[in-house]
Amino acid sequence: MAIAIVDYGMGNLHSVSKAVERLGYEGLVTGGASAILGADGVVLPGVGAFGDAMAHLRGTGLDTVVRQAAANGTPLLGICLGMQLLFDESEEHGRNEGLGLLPGRAVRFAGGSYKVPHMGWNRLAFLQPESPLLAGLDEGYVYFVHSYHVEPQAAADLLAVTDYGHPVTAIVGRNNVYGMQFHPEKSGELGMSLLRSFLALAQGDGLS
Amino acid sequence: MLAKRIIPCLDVKDGRVVKGVNFVNLRDAGDPVELAALYDQEGADELVFLDISASNEGRATMVEVVKQTAGEISIPFTVGGGISQVEDMKRILRAGADKIGINTAAVLNPDLISGGAKHFGSQCIVVAVDAKYNEELKDWEVYTHGGQKGTGLRAIQWVQEAEARGAGEILLTSMEADGTKDGFDLSLTKAVSNAVGIPVIASGGAGKVSHFYDVFTQGQADAALAATIFHYKEIAIPDLKKDLKSRGVEIR
Repeated sequence: MAIAIVDYGMGNLHSVSKAVERLGYEGLVTGGASAILGADGVVLPGVGAFGDAMAHLRGTGLDTVVRQAAANGTPLLGICLGMQLLFDESEEHGRNEGLGLLPGRAVRFAGGSYKVPHMGWNRLAFLQPESPLLAGLDEGYVYFVHSYHVEPQAAADLLAVTDYGHPVTAIVGRNNVYGMQFHPEKSGELGMSLLRSFLALAQGDGLS
Repeated sequence: MLAKRIIPCLDVKDGRVVKGVNFVNLRDAGDPVELAALYDQEGADELVFLDISASNEGRATMVEVVKQTAGEISIPFTVGGGISQVEDMKRILRAGADKIGINTAAVLNPDLISGGAKHFGSQCIVVAVDAKYNEELKDWEVYTHGGQKGTGLRAIQWVQEAEARGAGEILLTSMEADGTKDGFDLSLTKAVSNAVGIPVIASGGAGKVSHFYDVFTQGQADAALAATIFHYKEIAIPDLKKDLKSRGVEIR
């Protein structure tokens, strides 16, 4: 089984693909449409600015490919900026349109007494512990690095939050489309367990 | 609420871990990849690699170390030392590091902070500051070149400039406390923490478990870094975290 890790010229792909391999799956770092569409699962990583990322995705035509993979029912996981890209838009450096797979937008942290970026280990609170991604796991700490956070439009899409002055979107999911604001590949044991849950979905044994 | 972070620092020269006491006297302590994996298992929240190689070959070796480490561990790590251009940053980040530490190069060329932040995001840019109290300035002064050169810069002003230029984090080393094992410099750490809105990693002086408690509470640090006491098992990370947790510190 192959997991395509979408390479659009941004982000730390090596760590994600190594984490996938450590869990016993083949991680394929690729910008090729057929490889992505043929994969059992797709990971959309992302570090950097929202606008740049979308420009790279559009420039390579990978925005269409990722949307197509999602439409085909292939399990898709956006990580960090990759999760924000799944939504309609972001206010990072002006207004930028996202992939529009989930309704909602990314907004900047208000700051104030809370330092921005939200960087470090914060505790997850599961809102939907029965979700296939979270089932069987215990709440714990995961590693966040971000200055913008997502406000999903539909409460049903929100699987887990973390507290940073207010509840911050940590895990989202709708059908086969998932997102994690933190870095599961950098989040110790719990992060690896969450990644394993997603890979199990991709393998097809996580769904009833 | 964010957990306070415990960060072992690995000084690496030509692909091997060494640790300087007060920046001299190097001792070989092993394979960086193996040590990194061990710290990950023990519950370290993050790692810092400081590349002290003097040669191009040594620096090339570091890229390999970064690549291997990224494949072995599941916690974030920062790489510093010898990075003076955006291109250097790119090479290290592409190899799998999460953050880049810059020190002397940032003082000599502050545009490096803004350039790095623009290319990779503020969260990737850690500005490392070596500070020492200057009696004439009546203030903490920034030192560069591994603590050998005074710059005349006031530490507080410098960290504020670094933040304004896009630094995502400050790694603050007290040169007076470093190597003493008498505890972190709490007043310096607190002053810097209060001066910026980005996280501050305190470094230098850790000798006992209580020093970590002090720097997280009185010093208001977001993270604490140490090397020798971890490398030589004077403090075991699981014990340290258990103790801090029992005293009410937010710990993973």
